[in-house]
Amino acid sequence: MKPAAFDYVRADSVEAACALLAEHGDEARILAGGQSLMAVLNMRLAQPALLIDISRSASLARIEVRDGQLEVGASATQAALEWRPTLTQELPLLPLVFPHISHVQIRNRGTVCGSVAHADPSAELPLCLLALKGSVVLRRHQGQRVLPAEQFFTGMLSTARAGDELLQAVRFPLARPGQGFGFREFSRRHGDFAVCAVAAVADAQSLRVAVGGVADRPQVREWPLLDGSALDDALNEFAWALDARDDTQISAAARRHLVRRLGRQAVEQARTPV
Amino acid sequence: MTHPTLSRTQLHPVTIELNGRTRQGHSAPRMLLSDYLRHELGLTGTHVGCEHGVCGACTVRLDGVACRSCLTLAVQADGRRVDTVEGLAGEDGVLSELQAAFKRHHALQCGFCTTGILMSSADWLERLRAQGRRPTEQEVRDMLSGHLCRCTGYTPIVSALMEVAHA
Repeated sequence: MKPAAFDYVRADSVEAACALLAEHGDEARILAGGQSLMAVLNMRLAQPALLIDISRSASLARIEVRDGQLEVGASATQAALEWRPTLTQELPLLPLVFPHISHVQIRNRGTVCGSVAHADPSAELPLCLLALKGSVVLRRHQGQRVLPAEQFFTGMLSTARAGDELLQAVRFPLARPGQGFGFREFSRRHGDFAVCAVAAVADAQSLRVAVGGVADRPQVREWPLLDGSALDDALNEFAWALDARDDTQISAAARRHLVRRLGRQAVEQARTPV
Repeated sequence: MTHPTLSRTQLHPVTIELNGRTRQGHSAPRMLLSDYLRHELGLTGTHVGCEHGVCGACTVRLDGVACRSCLTLAVQADGRRVDTVEGLAGEDGVLSELQAAFKRHHALQCGFCTTGILMSSADWLERLRAQGRRPTEQEVRDMLSGHLCRCTGYTPIVSALMEVAHA
């Protein structure tokens, strides 16, 4: 349980990190909070030649409101977002979700962008980014691009990020008046990865439901107003479309059941006036 | 400011402010902070359990914030403050408020998980105190979910923490 040898360099600015990525590409890995990466390295599931440590960059740790979105920089920790005094007004979904994200001690160091870049299909923050129609800012040595979350997650632990790109920030659109939010999760132990997690966003016109832990990446559906059995039917269709598989934790049928049940509960929570 | 690349084949000086005293040792880039504390500096109060962040035994405070020393590299701690269980009691050996409460409530048996729990709890209680908040039992249990204890069943640990938090 010790990592294989690697070179290490600290990068305190976006320019320095991107220059190193341009030089080393896929041989290098960005180290932010390290709460996924260090475990992966300790188990030798990855053996990069170089770690580029951005965890001490003050400029990348910013969390700020810009153009109606909350932008969270690459080295901002989950705890920094969780303890942000205005978070409940800005992104009411997230205070519902944070208690489910691992443990206090992990959130203290784990980053928001790191969780998104790692793209574990059971992770909560990628799910929230998708549910809230968020986007990612990908920066390379020369130039940057902004991708919607829907295009960023491409499969199990896979994203549209190129080897020389840094996930510089993620952007969550701020909550609008009239929107309601719901979240439900089932896991084997408190703080474990979700067997199934559902986030719901409801307003007067539509309903948006995202599911994590079932398919190879978080998936989302948007429907016009649905109620009663029409909602049950839509959730059932969604559950089957996720192509759930049996695994050591739970059967595919149980996962579909969770999508239907937790889906219903999350939607009801999202429709309950605060 | 640009930083030099630290080669994997060499040892690099790492200086930390450990429990209020400056300590220096050497580390290869791949060395974990937990191993640096135990093997390089000889402080074995920080325990190593799972080495992938799950058990919580290795929790220390890095610049005041509780985190897993098994998921942190020693070179990442260079120039920073690290607090471990050895720093909790006073110079005279008098237990801290938290440690004394653990003793009173029998909140430990084998003690393997205890050092990590103490470091987590110290940070967490300080942060709540700064906000003028007193945690509920559910919140205490929530924080403790980041630590595995196979002896106590957690009940006496919760009691000790509730007593300190509501003192």
